Amino acid sequence: MNSVQTFYPVGQLEEFMSRIGRVLELKGLELAVFRTSDDQVYALENRNPHPKGGPIAEGIVSGHILYDPLYDWQIDLETGLVQAPDEGQVRTFDVKLANGQVWIAV
Amino acid sequence: MNTTRERLVLIGNGMAGVATLEQIIKLGGAYDITVIGSEPHPNYNRIMLSYVLEGSQTIDDIVLNSHEWYEENHITLHTGVTVTAIDPETQMILTDSGLQVPYDKVIIATGSKSLILPIPGHEKQGVVGFRDIADCHQMMEAAKNYRTAAVIGGGLLGLEAAKGLVSLGMDVTVVHLMDDLMERQLDSVAAAMLKKELESQGIKFRMGAQTAELQGGERVERLLFKDGTTLQADFVVMAAGIRPNIEVAQNSGIETTRGILVDDYLQTSMPNVYAVGECVQHRETCYGLVAPLFEQGMVLAKHICGLEAQPYEGSTVSTKLKISGVDVFSAGVFIENEHQSVITARDDWKRTYKKIILQDNIIVGAVLFGDINDSAQLQKLIREAAPMTDELYAELMGTGGCSHSKKKASVETMANDEIVCGCNGVTKLDIVSAIQDKGLTSVDEIKACTGATRSCGGCKPVVEQILQYVLGDGAAVASSQGMCGCTTHSRDEVVAAIREKGLRTVKEVMNVMEWQKPEGCSKCRPAINYYLGMIYPVDYQDEKSSRFVNERMNANIQKDGTYTVVPRMYGGVTTPEDLKKIADVSVKYNVKAVKMTGGQRIDLIGVEKEDLPKVWEELDMPSGYAYAKSLRTVKTCVGSQFCRFGTQDSMGMGASLEQRFERLDFPAKFKMAVNGCPRNCAESCTKDIGIVGNDGGWEIFIGGNGGIKARLADSFCKVKTDQELIDLCGAIIQYYRETGKYLERTSEWVERMGLDTIKAAILEDENNRQQLVERVNIALAQVEDPWQKVLNDEETRTALFGKKVEV
Repeated sequence: MNSVQTFYPVGQLEEFMSRIGRVLELKGLELAVFRTSDDQVYALENRNPHPKGGPIAEGIVSGHILYDPLYDWQIDLETGLVQAPDEGQVRTFDVKLANGQVWIAV
Repeated sequence: MNTTRERLVLIGNGMAGVATLEQIIKLGGAYDITVIGSEPHPNYNRIMLSYVLEGSQTIDDIVLNSHEWYEENHITLHTGVTVTAIDPETQMILTDSGLQVPYDKVIIATGSKSLILPIPGHEKQGVVGFRDIADCHQMMEAAKNYRTAAVIGGGLLGLEAAKGLVSLGMDVTVVHLMDDLMERQLDSVAAAMLKKELESQGIKFRMGAQTAELQGGERVERLLFKDGTTLQADFVVMAAGIRPNIEVAQNSGIETTRGILVDDYLQTSMPNVYAVGECVQHRETCYGLVAPLFEQGMVLAKHICGLEAQPYEGSTVSTKLKISGVDVFSAGVFIENEHQSVITARDDWKRTYKKIILQDNIIVGAVLFGDINDSAQLQKLIREAAPMTDELYAELMGTGGCSHSKKKASVETMANDEIVCGCNGVTKLDIVSAIQDKGLTSVDEIKACTGATRSCGGCKPVVEQILQYVLGDGAAVASSQGMCGCTTHSRDEVVAAIREKGLRTVKEVMNVMEWQKPEGCSKCRPAINYYLGMIYPVDYQDEKSSRFVNERMNANIQKDGTYTVVPRMYGGVTTPEDLKKIADVSVKYNVKAVKMTGGQRIDLIGVEKEDLPKVWEELDMPSGYAYAKSLRTVKTCVGSQFCRFGTQDSMGMGASLEQRFERLDFPAKFKMAVNGCPRNCAESCTKDIGIVGNDGGWEIFIGGNGGIKARLADSFCKVKTDQELIDLCGAIIQYYRETGKYLERTSEWVERMGLDTIKAAILEDENNRQQLVERVNIALAQVEDPWQKVLNDEETRTALFGKKVEV
């Protein structure tokens, strides 16, 4: 990845409810942040890959798959890739966890 | 390896041409491909335009190949450019924009256009055809500004256009030259049934009428018929037929008559030039439907890729009308002659009709109305010229016996490259390979993987049969009952396991019942969450992460991510004070639209997510649950408080029923209505529970639906007192909660369970009724207003509605 990316602290892990997405604004970008049941955290751009757009943060999370709240498309939280038969990709951002603190790089 | 690839140019960026390209790419054809289309859009599903017009789909929904698809396949796409001619000397394609494209091979797929009748006045403003997105837009615009429309032509296209315009709120008359609708596809019986059905949907008809002139000023104002009568119309759709687009071929000296002449390999009279789809004429026939175009495309693709292809020998044409709620099908011969024999079954009560025509015992044609489940099989039998047998007769005409294995056999003999899903061009082989290679076990998975059944859904029975055939008996039967792709267990098995094994959480259910996906999907998670709440009303901890967005946020999400807020107005009655509050809050939070809902209340549309709690707080009114699988509204008429006809206090009873049963979780949304007299102004017949007051009591109706699949409610019983009415509503509601499948409306539930079963459980078994009422009361004792709950819970409020801004 890019060597100049900077990680920003965005809160403690406990502030993110399991399997319920949360919207963050970071450096002018709107992010949808998800904590999965295995306590991983994923940050994606909060923009629906469907041609009609809209948010994704309010979808249903199953494992590392997100069912988008508007069109029920399936999005891989790790890669941002939309699963077949639909197509598209959501921008993803690197996340790291250290001592219970969540950091996101933009 | 070739270093320079041959250049293939496709003229016409529509379904036929692009489907052929998709096949060529699939077959590994090594071409540099250029596509030139005159419409300014990527390839879209033209047969779905009627759904766009009807409003059930948008243009985005019907795009088949996105711009990315062209990029990924290295196809050069020129849109908004019209090809004028092909120059065989220089091997160049000439266009109106001056662009010239060299070619080695050309496919002409220019489709067809609406036939504009050359009657006086046809060039006036407000006269359009119905072929493309531009026509669709014009029709949608016209509906905003004009009231009355006439559609000339009572064929497939005309009826679809008329239904679309009715849905857009216009007063529409279909003008048809003949006495029967769709006379090129239907016999008189089916045509009459169709006309009756469409009349009930609001379309008017003028039959046997020949339009002589379109009159008016610059814009059309009326139609003048040959018999001297007239019809007012400020918008006219010409849907009297289509004409192949053959200008390119004509300008290039390619042989044409009605269409572009092609041989059995879709080759035109010019070397290296092929044609496919509606623009071609093959063995005297021009096709105007979708299935032949896929069949032609398949042959052409193989031929162009240098593979051995069976010659194209023509298609058996079948027709399906694409109007929601009207199922019509015809294939082959549809009006018998004296040498043919006919099998018919007509049911005026269920409004179905089935006719099969035999010639020397060979099945040569069929017409279906109302129930078209057998359409795929009949189409195949006709194409194969199959003889009628006792077994087939029993299967098709339903004289009892299990037809399971025979249905399977017909799928077995289906050719691999036969197209199963006509909307998306998916073949039997595509489906079989997907099942085998990816281990699919449900129609939903096949849909997700191949796109089959995705558009109109008409091929679902065949896809199910293929699935059963490929998987074999045991596996297929089990999988077809699973509540979703994550499990083979049915709703009943899951509910039984929860009760018997005492399962307490969604996770526990999925672990114990061996879910294939450990955390389920967007179908089963909300369903199991509902079942657990229904079974353990007191202690179950509702799982927010398994609620669909609207139920989690207590508001309806809109496409831009804003929400709507609908406060309660019990029985559809409000006060000036509440209206003032609603107005003030709407202004303060810059609500984008304020709309009356169909359930007699007010919808504030376009509230930002962060503002939702503040809006609720300032409204200080209970949630109307417009977002929930729960009691929505109890619609009422004025009733005996004011109305001179009223025999019962419908407003009072409506409000008290709404107060009593609100906030409870149901399998699906639930609507009620209370009327003060049998005039039924609050429309009980389309409600889950509809109540009609009369002098001396109430009559209860159940299972009505005015939405996706309309159904009139069934009369359930009559009661004398208000208390009996309330108890019975409680018992019906609880019985539905306990036996309904998640997302199953009462209209489907009543049909699945049988009205008699429900009556027996509630009316005849008094003890059971008492217990149902007790159980619903226990559940009702747990509910609280969700908006207040969020306002009192800072943590949830921040987690769900807070937007955290970092620097």
